[in-house]
Amino acid sequence: MFKIAKKKMLAENICLMDVEAPRVARSARPGQFVIVRVDERGERVPLTICDYDNDRGTVTIVTQVVGASSARICALEEGEFIANFAGPLGRPSEFVYENIEELKNKRIMFIAGGLGTAPVYPQVKWLSEQGVKADVIVGAKSKNLLIMQDEMRAVADNLYIATDDGSEGFHGLVTQLFEQLVAQGKSYDVVVAIGPMIMMKFVCLTTAKYGIKTIVSLNSLMVDGTGMCGACRVTVGGKTYFTCVEGPEFDGHQVDFDEAMRRQAQYRTIESRKAKAEQEALAGHKCKVGLH
Amino acid sequence: MANKIPRTPVREQEPSVRATNFEEVCYGYNESEARLEASRCLGCKNPRCVAACPVSLQIPRFIGLINEGDFAGAAAVIAEDSLLPSVCGRVCPQENQCEGSCILGVKSEPVAIGKLERFIGDWGHTTGSVNIKCAPFNGHKVAVVGSGPASLACAADLAKAGYRVKIFEALHKAGGVLEYGIPEFRLPKQGVVAHEIENLRRLGVEIETDVVVGRTVTIDSLMDEEGYQAVFIGSGAGLPRFMNIPGENLNGVVSANEFLTRANLMHAYDDSYDTPIYTGRRVAVVGGGNVAMDAVRTAKRLGAEAAIIYRRGEAELPARREEVHHAKEEGIEFNMLTNPVQVIGDDNGWVKGLRCIRMELGEPDASGRRSPVEVPGSEFDIECDVVIMALGTSPNPLIASTTDGLETNKRGCITTDDNGATSRPGIFAGGDTVTGAATVILAMGAGRKAAAAIDAYLQGISVSAK
Repeated sequence: MFKIAKKKMLAENICLMDVEAPRVARSARPGQFVIVRVDERGERVPLTICDYDNDRGTVTIVTQVVGASSARICALEEGEFIANFAGPLGRPSEFVYENIEELKNKRIMFIAGGLGTAPVYPQVKWLSEQGVKADVIVGAKSKNLLIMQDEMRAVADNLYIATDDGSEGFHGLVTQLFEQLVAQGKSYDVVVAIGPMIMMKFVCLTTAKYGIKTIVSLNSLMVDGTGMCGACRVTVGGKTYFTCVEGPEFDGHQVDFDEAMRRQAQYRTIESRKAKAEQEALAGHKCKVGLH
Repeated sequence: MANKIPRTPVREQEPSVRATNFEEVCYGYNESEARLEASRCLGCKNPRCVAACPVSLQIPRFIGLINEGDFAGAAAVIAEDSLLPSVCGRVCPQENQCEGSCILGVKSEPVAIGKLERFIGDWGHTTGSVNIKCAPFNGHKVAVVGSGPASLACAADLAKAGYRVKIFEALHKAGGVLEYGIPEFRLPKQGVVAHEIENLRRLGVEIETDVVVGRTVTIDSLMDEEGYQAVFIGSGAGLPRFMNIPGENLNGVVSANEFLTRANLMHAYDDSYDTPIYTGRRVAVVGGGNVAMDAVRTAKRLGAEAAIIYRRGEAELPARREEVHHAKEEGIEFNMLTNPVQVIGDDNGWVKGLRCIRMELGEPDASGRRSPVEVPGSEFDIECDVVIMALGTSPNPLIASTTDGLETNKRGCITTDDNGATSRPGIFAGGDTVTGAATVILAMGAGRKAAAAIDAYLQGISVSAK
């Protein structure tokens, strides 16, 4: 059992939690994720690590309500427990192994979309702690869905905000903002894009035009998260990889995003049917089509 | 004459009924059936069955005690060599081991050793367990990685010998393949696996779940920082193989590991659990081993039409005969001498069929089985909306890649000597992580051997320290 030391709602349906998991806190590196099972009936949900504190033995995760299990995670309060919390999983970001002096000479741009802000934060924080500067674009549909702005501002060299509806910062998509920055004379050696698959796909299409190396972090479906099931397989450069053990970060220009998006949606109909049945059961509706 | 009694049949759930539920297929013997069957044993002086058992269970001794009605005595005899009688009685390939060597099998049918072992194991669960004595704590701590059959057997022997043992399991539940791989209808989780693991806890063995060795901790951190003087690696063969044919990443193509893990470990067949499972209308399972049988029978129970696709002939099926027989009774379709060449998808990227080619048997290969050869121009399509790949597994490279100096072979298996010692002093390994995918009982045998080697190693260290 893993105790929730702190909980904060970041937006409607998005919560941040510090979870007491000393072993994970000690081993975690930027780019890695955890598998969380909220209770006996819960799914094993892969969640990116948003921060970790070895001294306090806590790991920070950000969860958005998308299904039954994530809804129950977000319903937990401080002092309550998560049944299972395994990690850190996946390989740390490549730059963790790079020469710091060489990194300092690189211009790095992080592009975070929505919930992707959470996994971008520990990467920028780690770099900033090593004295490596990086720019960050954070994008969201609207102002009320922007998360972790203050934290990000504290570690980023320049923080740029884009919202689809223009309620804050640049009015438009992260890709448009990126192109505007490049047009203004900014240049980058590496782009790291983390967010919805569709955003990562379009960031890659954009950066390919400028020939900028681009790393993406894939949020594929997973069951065990340790290489056992293969649900997370993804085609990169024509070859199949397991996101959980060989990723989650890949060369974005090599990823087959159309396949990745299609595979990610595999269980969507079953899940939405289940969620609907659950809501109806809660509302006192009896299913007459024989689903239950 | 005892051997004139025919082998006592075992009661089973009606095939048409069981094909729609997840309850156990075989009911096992009751007391009178067990005693009747036990009376058939000749009590050979040089029992061939014992020699054929990977853990050298004292078979004639425990069967003799069943015959006398001393079930507690029989349980104590089994407990000397095995902590998992209820598991082994159900899933061991007895026909190739103990029962395959039984002298009665020459002229009639062998003693139903597996069913008798299961009877005693289950009897122990219902009557409160057998008391196993542990030696007093000898001052040594041993870490065991993984909680499948090899690890459980190793941990049990070490605990009995006075070691303080802690098991580190990556998943949220202990049991390894017994939990995620073998289905409920063949091996009940609450009724059997949980009991056997509880017995291990009673020996003082600690189990910590959610620890992925190689990520959460490393073998070296366990030894250098947590004070474990020896480590046993029983992390299994977890990585599923695929065929590398076109269309394998279409929606609806899953590994047997994924399909079975969703159903078994995550209880996806039960709607009150969150994890989804997709079976579609018609499922094709590629492979002919026990895992393929487990997957195809699970799919059937989830309401799909289900078929096996296997590239060799029926005689070459590596699955246990009992499993093939049960599958056939349940209405599973068998397509022999058939090999997939491509998964066919619809416009939305979902599976709609499997293009196969007919095979014929050629010369025997390295494994002694006649190797299948494609019949040119014989391609044909099988309609299906789910394809499950049950082609075997290989060891997870996570531990080997994070432990300096730990040697592996070409197939990624950890190399050991006959007693389970690896290339690194103090690190031992056994089970599928050494052999590649094999059986529960072979893994248990390897776990026991390694436990003896760990004992010798640590006693050697303490002797030289004195």
